[in-house]
Amino acid sequence: MAQIEVKDLTYVYSAGAGEPRCALNRINLSIEKGEFIGLVGHTGSGKSTFAKQLNALLKPTSGNVLWDGVDIWQNSRSNPEFAREVRFKVGLVFQYPEYQLFEDTVYNDIAFGPKNMGLSDSDVKEKVLAACNFVNLDLNLLQKSPFDLSGGEKRKVAIAGVLSMDPEVLVLDEPTVGLDPCSREALLEQLYQYHKEKDKTIVLISHRMEDIAKYSDRVIVLSDGNLVMFDSARHVFGCDKILNDVGLKAPQICSIMAKLKAGAIPSLNDKVLTVDDAVTELLKFV
Amino acid sequence: MIGDFSFMENFINIVDLKFSYEEADSGRGINILDGVNLEIKKGEFLTILGHNGSGKSTLAKHLNAMISPTDGDVFVRGINTKDSSRIYDIRSSVGLVFQNPDNQIVASIVEDDVAFGPENLGIAPEEIRARVDGALRAVDMYDYRQEATYNLSGGQKQRVAIAGIIAMKPSCLVLDEPTAMLDPIGRDEVMRVIKKLNKECGITIVLITHYMDETTGSDRIVVMSKGKIVRVGVPRDIFSDIDFLKKCQLSIPQSVELVQKLQAHGVNVPSFALNEDECIDILTQYFSVNAVKR
Repeated sequence: MAQIEVKDLTYVYSAGAGEPRCALNRINLSIEKGEFIGLVGHTGSGKSTFAKQLNALLKPTSGNVLWDGVDIWQNSRSNPEFAREVRFKVGLVFQYPEYQLFEDTVYNDIAFGPKNMGLSDSDVKEKVLAACNFVNLDLNLLQKSPFDLSGGEKRKVAIAGVLSMDPEVLVLDEPTVGLDPCSREALLEQLYQYHKEKDKTIVLISHRMEDIAKYSDRVIVLSDGNLVMFDSARHVFGCDKILNDVGLKAPQICSIMAKLKAGAIPSLNDKVLTVDDAVTELLKFV
Repeated sequence: MIGDFSFMENFINIVDLKFSYEEADSGRGINILDGVNLEIKKGEFLTILGHNGSGKSTLAKHLNAMISPTDGDVFVRGINTKDSSRIYDIRSSVGLVFQNPDNQIVASIVEDDVAFGPENLGIAPEEIRARVDGALRAVDMYDYRQEATYNLSGGQKQRVAIAGIIAMKPSCLVLDEPTAMLDPIGRDEVMRVIKKLNKECGITIVLITHYMDETTGSDRIVVMSKGKIVRVGVPRDIFSDIDFLKKCQLSIPQSVELVQKLQAHGVNVPSFALNEDECIDILTQYFSVNAVKR
């Protein structure tokens, strides 16, 4: 059974009042436990709205979101706590999460989630330390005010605040915007390790196709609220024309390889996702 | 080869610039900029790279007197930015564009937003009309002049924000990660406009970015680390020095990475490809001659 299943999911902003705007239009897809999913689309394509549906922050206008086969919202009628439980299972890291820090110390900020889960102080502490470990946060910072940290450190604290709830699914909305190349790579590597070691599902929203190509098992492509593709990264980034039509571009390396295949090396395997893959393929012709 | 720009007039002079603040709880002085010297030439396309916290944005804010040096001086067309009586002259010469387009749009209709700056400068209505139309054409948004700003895509909003600055006729644009929040096509649109403003309108560009492929078309690249400038050079020199890039925590464009990795495997290709097209040309040439037929 799929961990998350979305059936005919439609969401309309300001339905019934003002000018309605369909942000998601009859989306059908399912995500298996332990997958690394990339979610891409032009600005305004519905990515963030979709993310909020996954952890029950928004209620579908029509259609269903199922967690382990159970409809989140229908079940909530008989069991009002169910949507709340789903929010603990699906951790959502918003865009610019550092703007949501609010506690007096870094420790308290990261501990806020697990405390709300009703855990004992010692369990909370364990979760906080484990989360800090995953994002590689300097433990000397725990007693500082989160507002005295640098931008990159704040970002780590905010992500640790979601990881500390030990969610089954981690949804991250543009987590690397504004980070320098090394911090970006480090953060993505840490997330990938977390995903591998704990067999957790990750849904990564990003405009950086290179990163999506490198880490994702499967990629969801949204455009104007419609599901355009949901397939392996290799397949999706081979569909140059479809991507261009919806305002996206394959990573530079994919387009270099496609052009070489069309020109100098017709028998080249151009279905690559990273520069290292490309080097391997090109060396076969040397 | 380091680009020879000696024929170009200095537009901005930065001399021993230092900027620091006191940390709230310890009272310890934190140096953000630690002795920066740089001359920016008129008409130049300059890119600033550096890790988070290297001082890039703080430097940018000194260029139009948004902040004042703790020590040292910044001169814009010979005017010291500390001279508060000349602050309007400085700000009308140097315009700043930031990361998030939503924070820079003030009006609900595109042309009203672009007119906001010139209106505040007290410019005559006919002249404002001409400037707004000209600025919107320059960023390829003229057809959208009557649109509601909230209906635009991220790339379109960012171009409107740039038009709002252009309408004030600055001679220099400073852009702090203007494409960070945009999708790939939006990024391309904004970069195309920035290059056009530089090449066709002669506007001096100072671009801060973490996207390495946006830097390869610039005249010079300035690399900052820990509040200091650690290197100035043309893209070809900067991206050929892998050890240096690693030390400064920077990455390289995929086109450059590909030729460098092939070279490391003994493939006889140049170690630099300015962009995708140059990379394809290099590899096409190599493989047309050397490819093992399979």
